[in-house]
Amino acid sequence: MELSGAEIVVQALKDEGVEYVWGYPGGAVLHIYDALFQQGEVRHILVRHEQAATHAADGYARATGKPGVVLVTSGPGATNAVTGIATAFMDSIPLVVLTGQVPTPVIGSDAFQEVDTVGITRPCVKHNFLVRRLEDLAETIAKAFYIATTGRPGPVVVDIPKDVTDPSVKIPYHYPKKIEMRSYNPVDKGHLGQVKKAVDLMLAAERPVIYTGGGVVLGDASEQLRELIEVTGFPVTNTLMGLGSVSGTDKRFIGMLGMHGTYEANMAMHETDVLIAIGARFDDRVTGKIAHFCPNAKIVHIDVDPASISKTVRVDVPIVGQVKRVLKDMLKVIAERKSGPNREALAQWWERIDGWRGVQCLRYDQNGDKIKPQYAVETLYKVTRDGEFYLTSDVGQHQMFAAQFYPFEKPRRWINSGGLGTMGFGLPAAMGVQQAFPDAQVCCVTGEASILMCIQEMATCKQYNLPVKVLLLNNGYMGMVRQWQEFFYDGRYSHSYVDALPDFVALTESFGHVGMRVEKPGDLEGAMREAFAMKDRFVFLDVVVDPAENVYPMIEAGKGHHEMHLSPHLSSDRELA
Amino acid sequence: MRHVISILLENESGALSRVAGLFSARGYNIESLTVAPTEDRTLSRMTLVTRGDEAIIEQITKQLNKLIDTVKLVDLSEGPHIERELMIIKVRAEKNMRDELKRLSDIFRSNIVDVTDSTYTLEMTGDSDKLDAFIKVLDEDLILEVVRSGPLGISRGNKRLSI
Repeated sequence: MELSGAEIVVQALKDEGVEYVWGYPGGAVLHIYDALFQQGEVRHILVRHEQAATHAADGYARATGKPGVVLVTSGPGATNAVTGIATAFMDSIPLVVLTGQVPTPVIGSDAFQEVDTVGITRPCVKHNFLVRRLEDLAETIAKAFYIATTGRPGPVVVDIPKDVTDPSVKIPYHYPKKIEMRSYNPVDKGHLGQVKKAVDLMLAAERPVIYTGGGVVLGDASEQLRELIEVTGFPVTNTLMGLGSVSGTDKRFIGMLGMHGTYEANMAMHETDVLIAIGARFDDRVTGKIAHFCPNAKIVHIDVDPASISKTVRVDVPIVGQVKRVLKDMLKVIAERKSGPNREALAQWWERIDGWRGVQCLRYDQNGDKIKPQYAVETLYKVTRDGEFYLTSDVGQHQMFAAQFYPFEKPRRWINSGGLGTMGFGLPAAMGVQQAFPDAQVCCVTGEASILMCIQEMATCKQYNLPVKVLLLNNGYMGMVRQWQEFFYDGRYSHSYVDALPDFVALTESFGHVGMRVEKPGDLEGAMREAFAMKDRFVFLDVVVDPAENVYPMIEAGKGHHEMHLSPHLSSDRELA
Repeated sequence: MRHVISILLENESGALSRVAGLFSARGYNIESLTVAPTEDRTLSRMTLVTRGDEAIIEQITKQLNKLIDTVKLVDLSEGPHIERELMIIKVRAEKNMRDELKRLSDIFRSNIVDVTDSTYTLEMTGDSDKLDAFIKVLDEDLILEVVRSGPLGISRGNKRLSI
């Protein structure tokens, strides 16, 4: 089979089993778009901004576990995609981003729409390629998929100069079935001796905590993690990225940890004697001040990326391997042991944890006539809990409220930008999820500042009939910025008030969708039920919430887990220790 | 602690910038860096000198290993090894100084590779300390230009860095 470069790109996507490509055409990729036009297998979704293409592909990847694919043109097409690429990179999401480039003879001449895409994206990709020869194209794309999806996943950029896709130059097509690279050999199995050491520590533990992150979700190890909790009876806390890997309603789940984690999770971290970190990377929003982090604990760390181990916190038993494989081995080792965990100590440990739980750190007061954002998320849970439901979010207070108040039953259902914290992520990510699961309920919880960063994607939702629901917690402020300014800048609200907001209902309707505005607590549940009943419509719920509400508990940056601020609504006010 | 790290890299365009970019992005310092293709044209060998405490060096080697273009890596400082650096130095060599400079050159086992009526150009190899020592013994006013390659390194004994 003889194919042109443009045809090779499309055929390679077919050989990879790619269903969707999110993209935006332009000069340097016109040959590829022409090849896309002449086939029906790979569906192209036209977004309205390249940032949204990467977020949509990213949302698709997070929800399905398959790589997301993006196609954009050179220059501004590529630079607009960078925010989305960096977002995927920080959260280890597999993406293959195909970028057009100016023809090879003019590379380096400051040609029209030329930018050094490989140079610009280098620090925020797992790897990138510039394909200079047509003969290398198929193999490079195969390598990109292989690298993006194996080991610790991540985005891979393939920059393709226009002349390489010239439709008049054809070569025999061969797509490699298997990729082997001498310089890239991701690990699979963990060292069994280390696993045994970890089990020794775990079975001797008196105050153990299992702390898991996005690696368990991405590594499809939720089943093994749940079994580990079943077998050991240990308490488990999740990072923002790890939510859903254990059931949010399981008694042994003690909530999210970190800056806005629960009192019980953070206190347990502070008091634990054996910490089992699984697919988590000790991010600063999780650890707080390193010097105060788990001061009494021996630490086991399971991660596929050796560079994640002992990066910020020195660990005692490192295990490098695929989380799923390592947990399977760990379960086997535990089963072979004569004695199980220290049940007596564990019972006492749970008593202490239940004491911390008694503080009810997430309590809030919904007696006034303003809708509390927490109440809005709780109502969302009430309305959607029984169905196939995916929740995406933007970044800020609403993201934290969603993470705290929506108990996720399954992994891959909570989709948000944790590492980079990208405002504008939520709506396009929801599009990607909805594309993958047309019959599921997909909701984007957002703020009025975030949603405006990718609001143009309502047009994409119209074009492809994506019945996404947007739940806007509208407080008129960049809520998290306002919260920090209230706490740390004596209430000087510098540029965090979003003056001149649009009429979101009218705006939504102008895109051909349904818009609703809710102002009273009593109207909220009814409005939500009405919105979610419109199964084939995009509905935008503009919910006016209390602008003064803050996210609690809160650990200030640079403080330890035991130095939480609790909500002033709670009787035992402020810093409990 | 000073560490000398040797890396076998795929001889791809951009491989060098990935290493350099890694160091600047993560705030590690590079004292010197040399790179050239090996006997196998598909591989480049890089010698990199850096400084940092144990934890930082561990991160540096892990992050370097993580680069897709890195085939193999060794921290030469962990064992006995040989280091050599090349220096070419142009010095003022007026009549009254020429004999003295020639003597110094001999002591340091360097070669005078270019001569004019007022300058000598010397080439010298050795470990970095030796080159430093030579510069130190020269009067500052005599030095016109210095160019140094940065150290190359190889481990002693049977151990080798190859694929």
